[in-house]
Amino acid sequence: MSTMKKFMTWVDERFPATETWENHLSKYYAPKNFNFWYYFGSLAILILVMQILTGVWLAMSYKPDASLAFASVEYIMRDVNYGWLIRYMHSTGASAFFIVIYLHMFRGLIYGSYRKPRELLWIIGVIIYLAMMATAFFGYLLPWGQMSFWGAQVIVNLFSAVPFVGEELSIWVRGDYVISDATLNRFFAFHFLLPFILAALVFVHIVALHAVGSNNPDGIEIKQGPKGNRWSADAPADGIPFHPYYTVKDIVGVAGFLFLFAAALFFAPEMGGFFLEHPNFEPANPLKTPEHIAPVWYFTPFYAMLRAIPPIAGSQFPGVLVMFGAIAILFVLPWLDRSPVKSIRYKGPLFKIAIAIFVVSFVALGWLGVQGSTPAKTLLAQIFTALYFAFFVLMPWYSKIDKTKPVPERVTE
Amino acid sequence: MKKLVISFLLAVMPVFVAAGHASELRLDKAPVNLRDQASLQRGAQMFVNYCLSCHSAKFMRYNRMGADLGISDEQLKANLMFGTDKVGDTMTVAMADEDSKAWFGNPPPDLSVIARARGADWLYAYMRTFYLDESKPMGVNNLAFPDVGMPHVLWKLQGLQKPVYRTNADGRNEIEGFEMVKPGTMEPAEYDAAVGDLVNFLVYMGEPMQLERQALGIKVLIFLTIFFVLAYLLKKEYWKDIH
Repeated sequence: MSTMKKFMTWVDERFPATETWENHLSKYYAPKNFNFWYYFGSLAILILVMQILTGVWLAMSYKPDASLAFASVEYIMRDVNYGWLIRYMHSTGASAFFIVIYLHMFRGLIYGSYRKPRELLWIIGVIIYLAMMATAFFGYLLPWGQMSFWGAQVIVNLFSAVPFVGEELSIWVRGDYVISDATLNRFFAFHFLLPFILAALVFVHIVALHAVGSNNPDGIEIKQGPKGNRWSADAPADGIPFHPYYTVKDIVGVAGFLFLFAAALFFAPEMGGFFLEHPNFEPANPLKTPEHIAPVWYFTPFYAMLRAIPPIAGSQFPGVLVMFGAIAILFVLPWLDRSPVKSIRYKGPLFKIAIAIFVVSFVALGWLGVQGSTPAKTLLAQIFTALYFAFFVLMPWYSKIDKTKPVPERVTE
Repeated sequence: MKKLVISFLLAVMPVFVAAGHASELRLDKAPVNLRDQASLQRGAQMFVNYCLSCHSAKFMRYNRMGADLGISDEQLKANLMFGTDKVGDTMTVAMADEDSKAWFGNPPPDLSVIARARGADWLYAYMRTFYLDESKPMGVNNLAFPDVGMPHVLWKLQGLQKPVYRTNADGRNEIEGFEMVKPGTMEPAEYDAAVGDLVNFLVYMGEPMQLERQALGIKVLIFLTIFFVLAYLLKKEYWKDIH
């Protein structure tokens, strides 16, 4: 026995190292027909790791103090060696994270990856998305610019729309009557904590994925198909070992992603005011409200929904409910889809029209969320909010009557 | 599917165009060129002479500016530093916030990252569109920044101009252009160039590492291109027996 083998035997008697490697990589059989849309899961993990690492390094020089925070960010940008690089990686990474996650979720939508037996996998994913939004929200206050301050002010004020306990609740969240040093300190604490919870949730997401197996662009369960491939007699015939096949493939995805990421980071870190908003280069000033408060782009679809709902009896609460409802409805999606097939490839025209309208509505709401509100835009936002919800609410009906195509026995190229 | 998406987009497009009208001040393009060291040096000179008495740039160090703009410590001390003789200091001002508040209504903002907050084109317009307005405490108003509290600090260079009005379609008066009442020491073109240098310097100061960032970016992109090709070839080699 070679020394390496002896060493691994010693380890395996005490920790299932080889077993884990095999179950999750070298003998985890994934469908062989993954396409472009299947890069975004691994990319999301890459970004999470990058955000945690750059975040820890930023925290070494950042000061969570209302009188020092803005200056400490500029200190990182100017005086810390390669501080500007770490900071831009983190700020560009936040937007990249949402782009990748939105594409990852869209993949799940079009290929029916939320359907039985992957309901829990999907639900864990929605929880990850919520945790991500919370992390991003807490983090956005930290630079302590005008948009950090007023954006947080607007969002925390939403809590005060909750009937009866609202006012107390919003004070409890802020730790003060306005966004202040106390708020900044607690947001920093949560912004540091949440990514580790996020990492734990991602672990659970992958455990669930590997228990049920990956879906694929055909929406076929390869585990229920014929058995036997080159590597094992009882593995699915349409499966290939994740390692090395998908590890080498994902490296190509990583290279492509990093190219685009670096192009943004080095040549357009502000991305025309979308990744770093211009008013955020002015220090937070509680006495000066910016003309136009808009959250960062990845929240704007939900912000547009919030503004689209008119207050009832002077209360913003209905808007808040609609905004959170837009995410909450994702939790029940697995039970709304009554189609006999999973993938868009075999679904009928009704689903294709529905998903097209859904995508246009989401993008349009995102655009409306960065605009100032006018009556015409409010009307548009109302229409698109209705269409967004219609995609889900009407799904039990249109997915059932839709004309589907027959699903092949085996995965296609 | 694609046809459906396109027809839907075409259907909603006019609504967006109708909703997206904006009536903002048209801004001339500021002549920003961070590789033009002579322009940046002239801009720095203007900045320390005219701005730095009221406005700070407290995140900018004198010797960082010197290193980036090719100015030695001796030259810095002799020509550009009035408040301190330590080249490692940042550009602060002695004016207290309470005083400036009493004099101007608001403390003059720090200008370290003003170009990133306002944009170069806005600054270029701002410095060139002060006009006489007797109703204002400083006797001047500004087209880019209505009711601004700042006096026209560069009036000796630019001169003083008064607005020329025209009546627009809905019967309101709006400013069409300016007429020089009292010429300054500079010709209009000369003044525009000087303000251009100043704005160029402010853009540099907003992000002093900008050129370094882009230079590193080129190297990273070249590396990633090679890495992508190798990764792709590796993938192809592994996948050639998967059908």
